[in-house]
Parts: sequence; structure tokens; C-alpha cells
Amino acid sequence: MTRERRLSWINGFLLPFLNVLTAFIATAIVFVLIGVDPIKATKILIYGALGYDEGLGYTLYYATNFVFTGLAVAVAFHAGLFNIGGEGQAYVGGLGTALVALYLNPALSAWIVIPLAISGGLLFGALWAIIPAYLQAYRGSHIVITTIMFNFLASALMVYVLVNVLREVGEMSPESADFIKASWLPFVHDVFASFGYKIAKSPLNLSILVALFFSGLVWFFLWHTRWGYAIRAVGKSNDAAVYGGINPKKIIIVTMCISGALAGLVGINELMGVQHRLFLNFNYGYGFGGIAVALMGRNHPVGILIAAFLFGILYQGGAELDFELQNVSRDIVVVMQGLVILFCGGLEYLYRPILIRFLAPIEGTE
Amino acid sequence: MSDIFLNTVLTLDASVRVCVPLIFASMAGLFAERSGVVDIGLEGKLLMSAFIAASAAVAFGSPWIGLLAGIIASSVLAMVHGFASITYKGNQIVSGVAINILAAGLTMILSLAWFKKAGITPTLKNDQRFLSIDLPGLELIDHIPILGVIYRELISGHNILVYLAFAIVPLVWWVVFRTRFGLRLRAVGENPKAVDTAGISVETLRYRALLIGGILCGIGGVYLSTAYNAQFVKDMTAGSGFIALAALIFGKWHPYKVLAACFLFAFLDAISIRLQGIVIPGIGEIPVQLIEATPYILTIILLAGFIGKAVPPKASAQPYIKEL
Repeated sequence: MTRERRLSWINGFLLPFLNVLTAFIATAIVFVLIGVDPIKATKILIYGALGYDEGLGYTLYYATNFVFTGLAVAVAFHAGLFNIGGEGQAYVGGLGTALVALYLNPALSAWIVIPLAISGGLLFGALWAIIPAYLQAYRGSHIVITTIMFNFLASALMVYVLVNVLREVGEMSPESADFIKASWLPFVHDVFASFGYKIAKSPLNLSILVALFFSGLVWFFLWHTRWGYAIRAVGKSNDAAVYGGINPKKIIIVTMCISGALAGLVGINELMGVQHRLFLNFNYGYGFGGIAVALMGRNHPVGILIAAFLFGILYQGGAELDFELQNVSRDIVVVMQGLVILFCGGLEYLYRPILIRFLAPIEGTE
Repeated sequence: MSDIFLNTVLTLDASVRVCVPLIFASMAGLFAERSGVVDIGLEGKLLMSAFIAASAAVAFGSPWIGLLAGIIASSVLAMVHGFASITYKGNQIVSGVAINILAAGLTMILSLAWFKKAGITPTLKNDQRFLSIDLPGLELIDHIPILGVIYRELISGHNILVYLAFAIVPLVWWVVFRTRFGLRLRAVGENPKAVDTAGISVETLRYRALLIGGILCGIGGVYLSTAYNAQFVKDMTAGSGFIALAALIFGKWHPYKVLAACFLFAFLDAISIRLQGIVIPGIGEIPVQLIEATPYILTIILLAGFIGKAVPPKASAQPYIKEL
């Protein structure tokens, strides 16, 4: 093997693998510290997430959200932008979905209502990202800071809207009325039932197809279109992109709109798929989870699908742990998310020097 | 009339109390960012320190041990941030995010393991907390009309960490602008190469800045759980770390201006509770959410350069890679 081949093998496969492994080992240490046998915990976790129909359904349902936010973070990463605002974009995207699904004529066909409600999520998600994008592109304000601020603005806005505008008269809890029936995305178990197969009930719904569709679309867009090329060019080298006739300012706006739109799809799964109404904090944690998913998936749609599935397992398996063991709550997943972000993101080069030294030394220096 | 006066004093007093963690966290951020390391992880450090401090205070029965434990917890996280972003030249924002999420998860898991309740510590007894102290001379001034109220409600009767917060700001100013360390700190945030060329280690300087930040953030967290409240509760920082970050930008990385920004944001917080449901003639009822959102809106407007311009230290967010 030539040195180049070895290097790309180290960077593309070995390093990410070791990073994820380190995050898991660190989690195992946390388990030991709180007096839980990590092997037993892993068994419970995996059985709870994959061992039976219903568990698997939940796993895929959680994974769907992570695909959306993971793709959102990844698209922005390709342009060199760090979109921390997935949390807020998902939240406001849900509002867009809800407005369509609440106020459209109930007599309309689902074939019209569902695409429109999905578009509502895409549009509102993008709108929530466009101001930080504009400020980054044209006023030089750092996108990380502005998207953080926009997360807080989103939650203030949503509380206001839910309490003062969408809440039904006489209701105490801040949530909207039920969506019109035509906007409900069918559950997978119902779809299977209509073909005569019986599977256990779970919140898994057809949003998962939307997630797969958008994964394919993002892949095609990033690697097989002019815009995608421009986005990656800006991310790799701003100056080279300018030299190549690309306007980075425009690209920042386009990228962030796509990123926000993708995050805005969380509402499809949570609201149109499962709850059929808008409520507080339905987005909770998925925006930040998307950062971990994107880092773990190396910003590639295939990697993101795998990482999202893994986080789905953790979410569902974590719920099972919560149920089975006294000493653990499902917040262990949050710890794990933090560790994945730390080891796959912040410390991604941890093993690089040592790997290069032993596996791909520079010729003639030994 | 005297009612309005008393209410104003009480609102200001509430602002002072809310302000304290913001001051500690934003001063922590000031050191980090002045050295060229962006610190998104302030929130996580506050939270972790608040939890560890309350736990240690309960376990050992002393707020001082809580203070020490909180400072250590926050400093450990600061060193993790340093390890990732200084030694391994990773993305500073990513490792900051990691710290926030890690702290949110660990506080929940550890509280369940230690106290059998997720996200909550036992209530601290009085001797495990920092209690308010009356300043000397209270009896002498108390009967003087306006001055007495101000002295009693606003100036006296806080706990020691509140006074420490306000004392630390001039100290930070002095360190940053009047000491050799401060000069180097500012230089390393603007032009690390120049500092390196002068034979001073960029890495050591940044580590020291982060450690100071860790200690300060730690005190802020300790205040939240052992002084302002009497226990740790889930997510008790509620975005203080991010408001501190906003204050840091709003105050343009200058200690006194940052203090003013912290106080402004704290005042907005204090007043939003009081304005709840009150109809202001001519305007109507101001939504509480709008007041709560004001610090963020103001910071965004400032960042956009519509009112003045906030220019961060030039080398911030860039790992320093030494040429060989």
C-alpha cells in the first residue's frame, strides 16, 4: 500500500472508528462509576432497542429525527459553517407544519395536505436560519453565536405563540388543537396492517421514508450538482471559491436555508406522524443530537443514516435501561452524546499522530 | 411614592442577585476569549459546578468544601476544553458544545446514582450554604429615610459570593490591562505568532487563561446552588452561560462594560417577573417572553453592527499551529 492509501485509510476509517470506540469506552467507565455493570447495561440496551418489534419501531422513530438534524448540521459543515441552531430551526419548522396542518380545509385530500405541511416545515425552518445566515454573510456576525441566540428566541417565540395564539379557549396546557386528519402521516404498523401483515404498534410512521428521501437528495445535491460543488468549494477554501467565480455570501445563505429546512422536518415526524398537534419542546435535544450524529457520520448521508440509527438505539435502549435498572436514567444517552461530540469532534485528532507514526511513517525518517 | 421607591430598590436588589453568576461566567469567558479560545461551554461549567458544589456541601456539611469542589469540577471541564482545543487543535466550538451536553447528562446521571433522584440534590441546610451577611453600620444608617432602605435592601444583606463577584471585576480589569500576564493574554488573542516569536508559549498562556476561566465559572455555579438557591435542580442554569456569553459580546470583551451588560440583562430578567400581567397604559401588556428575549435580540443587533460594532479578539476560535 502506498503512503497516500494508508493515510486516507487512517483518516477515513480507522480514526473515526477509534474515536467512536473511545466514546463508548468512556461511557462504560461512567457506568462503572455509578455502580452499573456495563455489559449487562449494553445487553438491556440492545435488547430494548432491537430485540422485539415495538422496540425496533421506537428505535427507527427516534432515528428519523436524528437523520433530519444530522443532515442539517452536515450540509452546513460542508460549507464550513457550524449550525448550532438546529434546535430552534426544528422548533419553528414545527410551527410551519402546524399552521398548515391546523388551518387548511379539512376536506382536502391527504395527497395535497401532506406535501403542503411538509413544505411548511421546510419553509419555516429555512426562514429561522436565514437571518443568522444573512448576518454572517453580509455583516460578519459569527454564525455560532447568532444561531445560539436564535435558539433562545425560538423558544421564547414558541411559548408566546402556544400560550397566547394557538392554545384553545378553556385549555390549560399550552398546546394547539388537533391537526386536520388529512395531515396525519400513517403509522407504519397501520400501513403493514393494510397489506395484511401484523406488527406491533409503535410511533414509527412514514416520516422515515421522508428521511430516507432527503438523505438521498442531500447526497445527490452535495456531490452531483453545481450548487453542491459550490458549497463544498466554499467550505474547503473560501479564496479558491472566489477565484473560481463563486460568491461565498450567496452560498452561505443558500446553505443555511437548506440546513434550516432540513432541521425543520423534525416536526413532520413528531407532529404529523405521532402527536397530531403542536406542543412545547417537541424538538427537545434533537438539534444538539444532530451535531453528534453529523460528527459521527463524517458529514456523509450514509454515515448519518448509520449514526442516526445508532442514536435511535441509544434513545430507545436508554428508555429501557431507565425502566430496568434503578441506578440509570435515560439521561445516560445525553452523556453519551456529549462524549461522542467530544471524541469524534473536539478530539478527532487524538490518535492521528500515533497512527501516522506507526502505520504510515514518512519514508526515510525511521 | 415610597411604594414605587421600595419596589425599584427591590427590583434592583433582585437584579444584583441574578447578576452574580452572569458576572462570574462572563469574566471566565473574557479570559478565554481574550486568549483566543472561544468558550461556548460556560453553561456546562456553571451547571456542573452547581451540582458538584451542592453535592459536596451536603456530603461534607460545609459550603466552603462545596466551593472548592465546584471550582475543581468546573476547572476539570475547562482543562478538557483546553486539551481538545489547545493541545489537539480541535474545533473549539465543538468541544464547547460537548462540555455543555456532557454536563447536562452527567448531572442527571450522578444525582440519580448519589441521591436516588434524577436531577436534584437534597435541600441544603443553613450551615451548608452561603448565607447573607449584614454589613457593619446597618443600625446606624437604617433609620435615615432613603439611604437606609438602599443600604438595607440593596447593599447589605447579600452573601459573600455576591460581594466577591463585584470585587472581581476591577481585579479582572487590573489583571488584563495592567499586568504582564494580561498584556501577553491580550497579545495571544490578537496575534499568537508574535507572542510565540517573543519566546512565550502560546499553549501555556491559553491553558492558564482557561484555568482562570474554569475557577471563575466554578464560583458562579457554586453561587447558584449553595447561595442563591439551597439545592441543585435540573438545568438550574437555564441559559445563564449563554446570557453571559451575550453579555461578553455586548460589553465588547471589556470587564466594566461586560459588568454593565450583565447588570442590564439581569435587570431585564428581574423586571420581567414583575411585569407579568401588568398592563402599561398606552402600550398594553408586554409579553414576558419578549422581555426574556431582549438580551438575545440586543446582542444580535449589536453583532450585526447596527449599534456600534463588536469585534472579537482577532485570533479567537483559531488553534495555533506552530511552524516547524
